[in-house]
Amino acid sequence: MESGIFRRNLVIGSVLALVFLIAAIVSFFWTPYDVTQLDIANKLKKPNAEYWFGTDHFGRDIFSMIMVGARTSIAVAIVAVGIGLLIGVPLGLTAAAWRHSLLDELIMRSNDLVFAFPALLIAIMITAVFGPGAVNAIIAIGIFNIPVFARLTRGAALSLWTRDYILAARTAGKKSFRISLEHILPNILNLLIVQGTIQFSLGILAEAGLSYVGLGAQPPVPSWGRMLAESQTMISFAPHLALFPGFAILLTVLGLNLFGDGLRDLFDPRLRRESR
Amino acid sequence: MIRYVLKRLLSLIATLVVASVVIFVAIEVVPGDPASYMLGLNAAPDTVQALRDELGLNASKVTRYVNWVSGMLSGDFGTSYTYRTPVSEMITERIGISGPLAIYALLLSTLIAFPAGIIAATRRGSVADVSIMGATQLGVAIPNFWFAMLLVLFFSIQLRWFSAGGFPGWDQGLLAGLKALTLPAVALALPQASILARVMRSSLLDTLGEDFIRTARAKGLTTRQTLWRHALRNALIPVLTIIGLQFSFLLAGAIIIENVFFLPGLGRLIFQAISQRDLIVVESVVMLLVFAVVLVTFLVDVAYAVVDPRLRAR
Repeated sequence: MESGIFRRNLVIGSVLALVFLIAAIVSFFWTPYDVTQLDIANKLKKPNAEYWFGTDHFGRDIFSMIMVGARTSIAVAIVAVGIGLLIGVPLGLTAAAWRHSLLDELIMRSNDLVFAFPALLIAIMITAVFGPGAVNAIIAIGIFNIPVFARLTRGAALSLWTRDYILAARTAGKKSFRISLEHILPNILNLLIVQGTIQFSLGILAEAGLSYVGLGAQPPVPSWGRMLAESQTMISFAPHLALFPGFAILLTVLGLNLFGDGLRDLFDPRLRRESR
Repeated sequence: MIRYVLKRLLSLIATLVVASVVIFVAIEVVPGDPASYMLGLNAAPDTVQALRDELGLNASKVTRYVNWVSGMLSGDFGTSYTYRTPVSEMITERIGISGPLAIYALLLSTLIAFPAGIIAATRRGSVADVSIMGATQLGVAIPNFWFAMLLVLFFSIQLRWFSAGGFPGWDQGLLAGLKALTLPAVALALPQASILARVMRSSLLDTLGEDFIRTARAKGLTTRQTLWRHALRNALIPVLTIIGLQFSFLLAGAIIIENVFFLPGLGRLIFQAISQRDLIVVESVVMLLVFAVVLVTFLVDVAYAVVDPRLRAR
């Protein structure tokens, strides 16, 4: 019965995540209305047949803005995960290959240092220096992701280095670099994919938070976080402005989390019995 | 034990030193001169020079770094470029809101998470377990500032139980202050409580499967006695770590939540400072927050060593 729950997680999660991914892709070619066009005559319309999610204080269609906002959120989160993977994984592999060396110590201590800065503080510093923008949000969340992947990679790689088949590869004369690439990396790929999904969903939350406080994507690029910020003063008479972007964030993150849980159980059947 | 604490203390200091250099260098590369910014475009060059002297901006970068750090150590955070008041005064005033908010949220999340996690673990597979786990899935996925807005919509606008924002000041009485911080604290606590409840549940499930629990049951203790005397104490170790780790998220979260409720805390201060390019304030608040995060991590490590002697050997 429990494995049924996990398969359900995977299905619900991937459906939810796919809906928003497709919305983001479709928004490149088509949205019901133009999100940059102001239409004051139709401002603050409640949801209806013409405007499915209603309109905002400039008369822009909320549904269209959510579609384009999905693009911003997903793009920022994906690139930030990419930065974390591309820098964090090689660092972790290196630290594990030359474990207990000065290099290992240096990498791990730098990780600790980055961990002392919550993503928001990194974003605040970057914004203070370069001004706000989506790229700065990406960099801030990306930097935060680096130690996450570096630690995970090092930990998993360390336990693999003690395995017999790695010893065999070493006796065959393979160098640490090749072993890391050919034997360690493929074996921790599942772990990285699962963590990647989790960081992806955290990235969406972080992006929303940053744009909410004005440190993320700037107007006129629609973003879910800024839509919420703009809706705040109108929440008493136009609550739909706040409801739809919020649900978009909630459902995307929920979908990714369920998908990640489902994937983890798919990759590691042992966990199914333990039922976390 | 003392050796372990000293070692951790050294690494704490090293982290703080490097962090302060990173922050200083990052903020120093900002183009633009604070003195000319403060005086406006039409300021006479010698006035700007005089102000640069007064602010200590003419000294070398190394001297300025040393001045900044030694100033902070003695409680002098410099003078705000915009308000011309000591930064330490501004920070003290704001901490009076952000600090209690963070602690309030921490208490709430612990109060929610512990019973929820314990019920879910001890009644594994029951309706209660499934509902609690479902609720935590939602709690983890909900953006806390949006949840805060929903709280305002419901409790302030519909029911009119709480004010929608602002802070009356502690001089209006403890109760008035706590009331103003209640909705923000609930919003901050929810995601944290969800994560904590999940950790509590899985940690307790692990512990309940251990041999010493079976022994306790075998010697005749009831389920309840086993739970309170043996299982909980052991299950708490990972939970404590998570509480420590989450502190940094809590601080960052507080900065955002303060914006929803227009609370004049550190968060508002830092965003105002960014928009006014009051970099000395940004620099000092960021350093202070990093210090708080590193300090909590240190305290958790030490608490860990007190609870679990095996860790001291590392």
